[in-house]
Amino acid sequence: MKKNKTKSLKQESFRERFPMYVMFAPFFIFFVLFTILPILSSIVLSFTSYDMISIPKFIGFDNYRRMIVNDPTFLITVKNTLLFAVIAGPLGFLLSFVLAWFVNEFSPKVRTLLSFMFYAPALAGNAYFIWQVAFSGDSYGYVNSMLLSIGIITEPIVWFKNATYLMPILIIVQLWQSMGISFLSNISGLQNVSRDMYEAGAIDGIKSRWQELRYITLPSMSHMLMFSAVMQIQSSFSVSAIAVALAGYPSKGNAVDTIVSLMSDVATVRYEMGYASSMAVVLFLMMVTTRLLVGKIMAVVQK
Amino acid sequence: MVIVDKINALKLKIFKPNPNKQSLAPGRLPCRRYTRTKFGDFVMFVMLAAAGLFTMLPLIYAVATSFKPLDELLIFPPRFLVRRPTLNNYLVLPDLMAALKVPLSRYIFNGVSNAIVTTSVYIVVSSMAAYVLCKGNFKHKGAIFMIVQFSLMFNSITLGIPRYLIYSYLGMIDTYWVYILPHMAATLGVFLMKQYIEGYVPDAFIEAAKIDGAGTFRIFWTIVMPIVKPAWLTLTLFTFRDVWSEIPSGTIFTEQLKTLPQIMGQITAGGAARAGSAMATTVIMMIPPIIVYLISQSNVIEAMSSAGIKE
Repeated sequence: MKKNKTKSLKQESFRERFPMYVMFAPFFIFFVLFTILPILSSIVLSFTSYDMISIPKFIGFDNYRRMIVNDPTFLITVKNTLLFAVIAGPLGFLLSFVLAWFVNEFSPKVRTLLSFMFYAPALAGNAYFIWQVAFSGDSYGYVNSMLLSIGIITEPIVWFKNATYLMPILIIVQLWQSMGISFLSNISGLQNVSRDMYEAGAIDGIKSRWQELRYITLPSMSHMLMFSAVMQIQSSFSVSAIAVALAGYPSKGNAVDTIVSLMSDVATVRYEMGYASSMAVVLFLMMVTTRLLVGKIMAVVQK
Repeated sequence: MVIVDKINALKLKIFKPNPNKQSLAPGRLPCRRYTRTKFGDFVMFVMLAAAGLFTMLPLIYAVATSFKPLDELLIFPPRFLVRRPTLNNYLVLPDLMAALKVPLSRYIFNGVSNAIVTTSVYIVVSSMAAYVLCKGNFKHKGAIFMIVQFSLMFNSITLGIPRYLIYSYLGMIDTYWVYILPHMAATLGVFLMKQYIEGYVPDAFIEAAKIDGAGTFRIFWTIVMPIVKPAWLTLTLFTFRDVWSEIPSGTIFTEQLKTLPQIMGQITAGGAARAGSAMATTVIMMIPPIIVYLISQSNVIEAMSSAGIKE
């Protein structure tokens, strides 16, 4: 299929390639200005001590040494972030595909309605305050009053002050919140899997819906699945706003403090921009490693 | 895998149609897909709708609360649904807004025009970049795409200061530009569109169009964009929602340049007594993204019923 796909670079004249450059330029210029330059400067700052007032002072790898040797909180946040990402990331990935796959087989009207329901959290903005009401620590919280009336518990549980419950609650809330982008991109991907492919498969001896999923739907979706995986990596490693809103910072026993929570504390309360930048770099490296790993896994699965 | 090989062979056939097989054009063959039974459909619907109601709880709560009278807002224990609905929370909004220095219409105009302009320009800019990254022919294409993808993973907390310095160096502070231009650097759209084009636009289409003498831009606009319509409609939704609810931090000072969300915060910063009105503004702010959602998703489905890839 890839035979004589494109001419080699030398064969194609500048004139032929010129429109491509013009089409790429608008994005590329702003990308370099507003994304690459700030990231580079943040990496440089990670080797300095910078309080946002005086001039940054170069201190080599001291920030990195400090976070590993002298900052037990940082190590806890690394553990929490990884635990969170390992559970919420894959779960969110699977859930968003399975739901999209289920929803996609309904008639258009039903599909629009169901997609709307699953996309609602993203439309409702910062609506996680509702979980505060639901898991409220007194007997009036919805969850507590329900459990009390069934008789499972005899006195209200203070959910957000109990390290055992914090992590599971947060994972549920994050799953619920992060569905939006992955779910809808999966839906749009499923809709472009060509009908001809299914017909061809049927002629060719596809026997069941499982075979159809395995041999036609999933291979045609591989690019969208990669997109959704990256979205899940990004959101599960950077979870913070929900944790801080529900459990506060620092949370009870640092149970749900993540790297990003600590980083924003360091950057916006303690004004240690250099140290915060070095955390950003470490988090970035963790995410990139995960992304490369996921790419390897997906390549193996596809074989 | 024998089946996979056969499917690949068929894929080739479909993408390069055999003129003798015109009778097999898509749409003529009865679609022989394995679908659920009616009963299975029903069970699945009930289960999904139950799950969907659960995910919709916050939305329902926000709407219900916006209709609650003051005594129900302060009631203890709090109730989820409203008992005696009132429009009062909405009706006081004009009074609250009368105190603003600039007429409300100005904020609405700013918000709507900003969201429409930014979203449409962004869709074109990122789709073009994605197309070039996917089908273009230049050195280091793969490396550039990796950088684009990885840049999504750098947390933005520490990027605020350098960005602010760049905005101010370019003289963008306190102008409309600071709403629009930073979005053009967002990589999510390029990534989404690139994955989609790679997955669903075969090189054969582009080669064929080139042989027919179509220029690069024309191929992009008349061949690629229609095929990837579901993707850019979905991207429209994400972008519109983000731009619409965005509150720029420290880059806009002139009252005449502010948008609705910025002013909403000022109106509702009134404690418990204004909790109902705060919720009413939240509900009002949700309406435009919901409209965009309905328009874009019904179009996605229309695009789909005319089948994904055709010759």
